[in-house]
Amino acid sequence: MAHQASRHFFYLLPSEARFLDAAVERLIPTDEQGPGACAAGVTEYIDRQLASVWGVHGRNYRFGPWQDGTPQQGYQSALVPQQVYRMGIQEVDAWCRGEHRQPFSFLDETAQENILTQLEKGAVGLPNVPPRLFFDMLYGNTMEGFFSDPVYGGNRDKIGWKLLGFPGIASAAYVEHMARHGVAYRVEPVAIEDVLQGRVEIDAGGYPKHVLPER
Amino acid sequence: MAIQRKPVDIVIVGAGVAGTIIAKELLDAGLQVLQLERGRMVDPNEDFAMPFAHDELKFTVHSDLGQDLSRETVTFRNTIDEIALPMRQMGSFKPAECVGGAGILWNGQTWRFLPWDFEVRSRAEQRYGAGCLPEDCTSQDWGLTYQELEPHYERFEQVYGVGGKAGNLNGAIVPGGNPFEGPRASEYPNPPTRPTLSGALFTEAAQSLGYTPFTTPSAAMTRDYVNPYGMSLNRCVKGGFCSQFGCANGAKASPLTTVLPALLRHRHYELRPHSNVVRINLDPSGTRATGVTYLDATAKLVEQPAELVILCSYTLNNTRLMLLSGIGQPYDPVSGTGVIGKNYSYQPVGTVNLFFEDRSFNRFMGGGAQAQVIDDFNGDNFDHTGLGFIGGAYISANNGGALPIRSRPVPEGTPRWGRAWKKAVSRYYDRSFTINAHGGCQSYRGNYLDLDPTYKDAFGLPLLRMTFDWRDNERKMSAYTTARAAEIARAIGPDHLKASPVKGKYSNVHYENTHNNGGVIVGGDPRSSALNKYLQSWDVPNVFVVGASAFPQNSANNPTGTVGALAYWTAEAITTLYLDRQDALVDA
Repeated sequence: MAHQASRHFFYLLPSEARFLDAAVERLIPTDEQGPGACAAGVTEYIDRQLASVWGVHGRNYRFGPWQDGTPQQGYQSALVPQQVYRMGIQEVDAWCRGEHRQPFSFLDETAQENILTQLEKGAVGLPNVPPRLFFDMLYGNTMEGFFSDPVYGGNRDKIGWKLLGFPGIASAAYVEHMARHGVAYRVEPVAIEDVLQGRVEIDAGGYPKHVLPER
Repeated sequence: MAIQRKPVDIVIVGAGVAGTIIAKELLDAGLQVLQLERGRMVDPNEDFAMPFAHDELKFTVHSDLGQDLSRETVTFRNTIDEIALPMRQMGSFKPAECVGGAGILWNGQTWRFLPWDFEVRSRAEQRYGAGCLPEDCTSQDWGLTYQELEPHYERFEQVYGVGGKAGNLNGAIVPGGNPFEGPRASEYPNPPTRPTLSGALFTEAAQSLGYTPFTTPSAAMTRDYVNPYGMSLNRCVKGGFCSQFGCANGAKASPLTTVLPALLRHRHYELRPHSNVVRINLDPSGTRATGVTYLDATAKLVEQPAELVILCSYTLNNTRLMLLSGIGQPYDPVSGTGVIGKNYSYQPVGTVNLFFEDRSFNRFMGGGAQAQVIDDFNGDNFDHTGLGFIGGAYISANNGGALPIRSRPVPEGTPRWGRAWKKAVSRYYDRSFTINAHGGCQSYRGNYLDLDPTYKDAFGLPLLRMTFDWRDNERKMSAYTTARAAEIARAIGPDHLKASPVKGKYSNVHYENTHNNGGVIVGGDPRSSALNKYLQSWDVPNVFVVGASAFPQNSANNPTGTVGALAYWTAEAITTLYLDRQDALVDA
């Protein structure tokens, strides 16, 4: 994103936001089909999640003793998401400076892709943050931010939903349309704020009346 | 010193599917009922109001109505030689924590178990010989038959407004229904759902292979409906946002929409949310319950005396409460003795993804029970001679309302991210669907529940420890039934196909289903079961324990229908047998 100064973050530092802008854009890049994760606001999404109860694993079990466990036992790190991102970004940037003389966000796209691939494989040695833990959290949050309701800060302009053809909040018209086998139902997606701000007509049950996209 | 509350006749622990039904039946018999629920009250008009109800992040990723794991979770390991570690975030199953429980979040598939499921051991040995079950298999007969439960299934289907088509009416096979089901006394109260495109393609392909497809029974109303308690439910609008969501339309049956309003009108009923029961209290002889102790909203101990205690919390919590209370001998997997925690099981689900270049399925429409299915490979509906396993799976194509955070299948070989992934996910999100092989699971000596020696909940009480892994019987079953599902898929003719049977180790990382069962099992013998056929504790006769915790092994079918039937069965046993005797209904 070009206008760093005009963006407000609840948790992320400016350098961390730059890191994430680059990383999420490599995971879901801008291409001929449309904008990628950065333009969709995935960095903002991650920031708001980090500032929420999730950012400190507020509804997760956090008593020790702590040990790694087997792959089947799931998340066992004592690090909460705020720490995974802060320490993970700092440690990956330090690694990038050592290998490439520049932090992650300053490297070219191919180098960034290669580094993400190595993190995904666990092939980068970081001092504290397990690389796959960091990658998996970033990957999961990027997908959430691209495909969740825009009210959470990502999926701006419903970019993610338009990419898939997902209509967002359901319409009661499905019940008739489902009998029309094989006819693709493609509408302008509806998000929570479209309803709240009266941008879409609502039926008696509170379901939006979908409109076909303008052609 | 615990706060003392006024004694009551009957206390029910948990306000989910089973607890609300039993409360209603006991009230209707003229009794007084106190219902304790650890979670909060839920008001569907507020909690599931549009547009907020259609929020995938809130309800599935963040499990808004799920158990608050910061206070209590379970620990998990695959085998007894591992150290169990806490499930720190929601994993393969999602216990709920609210009035209505997981009965709000279910997908509405309302199955009866097969008659075979109740008599697995004796029927398998009769057909395939004494050695047909694996050496460490502890599956056993329920001591309770399908025929005995049939009227109670019928009652539950009426109260939950189930839509379906009977396949066996009083022994006569009816076209269009499931020919393998146990005999039913009556037709479903509502008609079946109408097939979607994926359902129609599945049906046609299954028929071409000689199978007998039918429509999955659904508790999402297929028409406006008033149930026997006078509760009105609305016709389902097929909006998706179904499994793991509260229904915004009042169409998916749940304790909140089918029973609770009728309870709250009753002057002999009291519901106390935020009441986390931690122990059933016993008299000095240890053979009679005197009531329960719970933690109130501010974690103060409250002692609630009662004449009769009915445990209706979730499978895992029912087991934990029996262990915390010292009722019944804890199960020991080494010696094979003891009963509480025995025969914990789950459900293995194989999947086949079909991808097409030129077909749209509108996958986001539908609901959790919008499906076409075959039962030809379920239970013992097919000859297992030479196959090396027992049990089976139902095979179904479900238009469950695929939401984009959780359901974005792509063909094999597609990278997980980047340009090629973006292209594939956009192409195939709606040009795909899934056929499941939803399998049953036998019970085994090493799969069990007990109290964890290390990890505690926020109140200092030991967590429940789960020790569980798949066995070869289930891996072979899943390989076989997923291969049958893949044959059906090939008959449909997708451009790409990906078959994923259950194999390797059970993992508690990704969500699969909340179909945990066992731990406080029913049976014919107090040495091998915790409960008699009326779900009454063998050891403490004024304690009944109702739920999927009673299943001695798991059927392939979704559990809610059987949980509901057991609730009616137990309620009837209490009102017609127990109240007169106030003692054991079956001699030990």
